[in-house]
Amino acid sequence: MDDVACTDVVEVMTDYLEGALPAAEARRVEGHLETCPGCTEYLEQMRTIAGSLGGLADESIPVEMRDRLIAAFRDVRKSEL
Amino acid sequence: MSPGAHVDEQKLIAALSRGEADAFATLVDRHSPAMIRVALAYVPSRAAAEEVVQETWIAVMGGIDRFEGRSSLKTWIFRILANVAMRSGARERRSMPFSALAAAEDTGEPTVDPDRFLPADHERFPGHWVLAPARWPTPEEGLLAGEARAAIAAAIAGLPEAQRTVIALRDIEGWSAEEVCEALEITAGNQRILLHRARSRVRTAIERHYGAVEAYDYDAVMTEPMGDTEEQ
Repeated sequence: MDDVACTDVVEVMTDYLEGALPAAEARRVEGHLETCPGCTEYLEQMRTIAGSLGGLADESIPVEMRDRLIAAFRDVRKSEL
Repeated sequence: MSPGAHVDEQKLIAALSRGEADAFATLVDRHSPAMIRVALAYVPSRAAAEEVVQETWIAVMGGIDRFEGRSSLKTWIFRILANVAMRSGARERRSMPFSALAAAEDTGEPTVDPDRFLPADHERFPGHWVLAPARWPTPEEGLLAGEARAAIAAAIAGLPEAQRTVIALRDIEGWSAEEVCEALEITAGNQRILLHRARSRVRTAIERHYGAVEAYDYDAVMTEPMGDTEEQ
């Protein structure tokens, strides 16, 4: 155990993953992770979430709207020629 | 933007100005999903968001010849979207820049329930886990392949708008932090705060779904100290 509180570590986890922590603070976090299985698991879970949600992408505009827009683009361009 | 994406964008812009409808279709298919997500930060319904996206594409159509390439095409499109959405939001419910929305959501509360930790004045282990996160039984094919998928989708849907938008763009649409900051006109720090709060909420939802918490046995730790002290 070190003098770094887990309550503080969990709040900087995204900054850590984004590489946005100052070097000294990143080292403190890494030192803490070496002795804290709870925070290590927490970090792993945040990393898993960051890399796993791509499969939820499915929302777009309705097909009819898409087709209308593309037809409109064609018309606009034709009228300019 | 990667160099490859930049070349790709130059070709697309050239094809658009030649009036090639296929190029426009590519653009519509590529960006509309993320545009719906951003629009939903400003307007209250899916239908209203679709209208905003449609109106944006009409504006893009009319303005593409005036696009000067000072930002990326994507950034330019999302700036137009934000303006259209704000105007539309003013009619329907609200008209707040994204940054103001983000600020209103930032309660400054801890992202993990304080009851999960020992109190800050604990004599040996202040602020350390009492109920720590336990390993998830994640399937090999990933988090979304499992039964947690519905819980994750519900957690994201239930997030406050600014957080939901940022996690959707970063982790679902795969945007970089810089792209999100540019499109939503927020600072890098704000982007990270929103992302952190959003991912934390999703993490908590998954943890509840699996019931994955582990009580720390501090008696064992006390009698058998670990870490730096024993190594010296």
